[in-house]
Amino acid sequence: MDILNALVAFLNFVFIPAAAYGAQLALGALGVTLIYGILRFSNFAHGDTMAFGTAITIIATWGLQSLGVSLGPLPTALLALPIGIAGTALLVLATDRVVYRFYRVQKAAPIIFVMASVGVMFVMNGLTRLLIGVDEQRFDDGARFLIAVRDFREWTGLAEGLALRSTQALTVIVTVIVCAALFWFLNRTKGGKAMRAYSDNEDLALLSGIDPEKVVRMTWIIAAALMTIAGVLYGLDKSFRPFNYFQILLPIFAAAIVGGLGNPIGAIAGGFLVAFSEVAVTYPWVKIAGYLAPGWEPGGLLQLLGTEYKFAVSFVILIVVLLFRPTGLFRGKSV
Amino acid sequence: MKKLLLATAAGALLAGAAAAEEIKLGISLGYTGPLESMAPGMEAGAQLAIKEVNDSKLLLDGSTVTAVTGDSTCIDAAAATATVTRLITAEGVKGIMGGQCSGETIASLQNVALANGVVMVSPSATSPALTTIEDNGLFFRTAPSDARQGEVMATIMREKGIESAAVTYTNNDYGKGLADSFVAAFEAQGGKVTVNAAHDDGKADYSAEVAALAAAGGDALVVAGYVDQGGSGVVRAALDTGAFDTFVFPDGMVGQALVDNFGEEINGSFGQNPAAEGEGREKFLEMAKTAGFDGTSAYSAEAYDAAALILLGMAAAKSSDPNVYKNSIMDVANEPGEKILPGELGKALEILNNGGDVDYVGAAAVEMTDVGETAGVYREVSFDNGEMTVVGYR
Repeated sequence: MDILNALVAFLNFVFIPAAAYGAQLALGALGVTLIYGILRFSNFAHGDTMAFGTAITIIATWGLQSLGVSLGPLPTALLALPIGIAGTALLVLATDRVVYRFYRVQKAAPIIFVMASVGVMFVMNGLTRLLIGVDEQRFDDGARFLIAVRDFREWTGLAEGLALRSTQALTVIVTVIVCAALFWFLNRTKGGKAMRAYSDNEDLALLSGIDPEKVVRMTWIIAAALMTIAGVLYGLDKSFRPFNYFQILLPIFAAAIVGGLGNPIGAIAGGFLVAFSEVAVTYPWVKIAGYLAPGWEPGGLLQLLGTEYKFAVSFVILIVVLLFRPTGLFRGKSV
Repeated sequence: MKKLLLATAAGALLAGAAAAEEIKLGISLGYTGPLESMAPGMEAGAQLAIKEVNDSKLLLDGSTVTAVTGDSTCIDAAAATATVTRLITAEGVKGIMGGQCSGETIASLQNVALANGVVMVSPSATSPALTTIEDNGLFFRTAPSDARQGEVMATIMREKGIESAAVTYTNNDYGKGLADSFVAAFEAQGGKVTVNAAHDDGKADYSAEVAALAAAGGDALVVAGYVDQGGSGVVRAALDTGAFDTFVFPDGMVGQALVDNFGEEINGSFGQNPAAEGEGREKFLEMAKTAGFDGTSAYSAEAYDAAALILLGMAAAKSSDPNVYKNSIMDVANEPGEKILPGELGKALEILNNGGDVDYVGAAAVEMTDVGETAGVYREVSFDNGEMTVVGYR
């Protein structure tokens, strides 16, 4: 019984939150890695573009809700996603046309692209605030729980409860589908192969008749879809506030770099690695230890780091990887 | 004879003109910043008291009072200090109704008001630190200290049979002061605090904070935060993971927003916030309605009382010099004397001018303790069936 309680507490407070968070990070890191691999720069505007895409989706959700459209137990935001993706794709394509293409034609150094993306980040940040304001928005509707704590306790009679929010399950499922679709696209379609060829060697790709501008456009559209989906899932599961999207930029980059920049499998693994480390390091293990080793009463909470230092975990992972394995766990391009 | 009459009349006129003066009263509130939504209601309360005094023409031989406003920003101590410096040195105010938040009030009091000997009466700074601050008798407040709220909260919890509690507070002067005073009071009454941890406002996700609180455990969770900030986030995460069923809400959390956010999910939880009851408050609400603002806006009534106390203090001391009238503020606030409700400032001035005594009750049932702050009345509320009901007053 005690072992079961320990397992349930672990699932409830560590595994489920970390899995959902990891899936959100993985989607974000996939976008970062894609842009790095093909356009060859670290896109600092990633977090704020996610916020922009989410903002459009939220507005479309409100529109749908006022028309009385709903998906039953699923959040209406899923229906509004295509609108959000289209809006974000238009915005990033316009940004590319106005900002990045200028530097691409000049064959500017990657660091110049990075700096330009910092500027783009501030503009997007302002755009999002103009569009939807700085306040917190909640736009989840439909069923909140797949498993609610009280029901679980009644079913099993355990002291510990288990909660599984529908948004957490949805996050993981959508992430799996999106990843599968992306890998299928990259490995099986002509467009995907062109993108990989362009990523491997720009000049050779050009010689074999691949239109570079077309590859760039395709990359931005796919990245916009990834960013919007990641942003909406994060907003559904937690809450939407423009500033928070700026903050998750760091864990997303940590995830992409840990996995190896430019490597999609690495981005997914990195996302889960960062999420699980953040949660495990800041979780107080005293309760679980109490179940597993009855009679042992540790003085403290068995917490490695206070929850205020959550973001520090991403920093530490980032530094350790850059020091000892700059290409990341899955052999991406070196930073 | 005619000349003599004329001279006497002229003399009387001159004498009258010399005694009446134009008194400037500073209003230092956070018109911008995290509590900017409250400031207009507070200013309206203070202006209402000033207008009432001016209309009666009874203050210090018909002196008129003009309000001078300044932005204290609520969070930026340097900006608040600059504002109060301007009010005192450039505008020459005789007293200040403000500041709004605890941190800026402490800074402007210590840096400017004390050095220049100007009275400050804050309607809303509730930090326990202001109770013991060195103020040369210049600082008063019409809002109760959070130390008192901590005691009230601990008493309510013990009466409900709660043995142990986890505490989480918003990471600022208000949250920390309230949490610390609660922990001291709860432990003094035999309760056990399992953990006392901060949370930061404005985050997307509080599951990590709640996991830590849940690991420490307890019969109830005290959430000393803000309802439209991290406080609600913590409650949401605690409900979702089933970490706590019973919550205790201090003043920053008690509000309609809490019911709107959680409805029936917080059945069985309870809380308290400072709110006076009675005739004075109802009268103030009526006057506010006539004047065209919402008297229930937080600390509006306390602002009315703060401005009224300064002006009545001047009348009782027969001087607008802060160093003279600071001694009579306690006299007008407390017994003995005739009880004064909102709308009766003219009557109070008349009594004071005739050498009588008043006991200012005002909109928020003012009763000063010997350190110059109100003892405070708290409203105890409970949440049942998705509604907030008032249980009683303490």
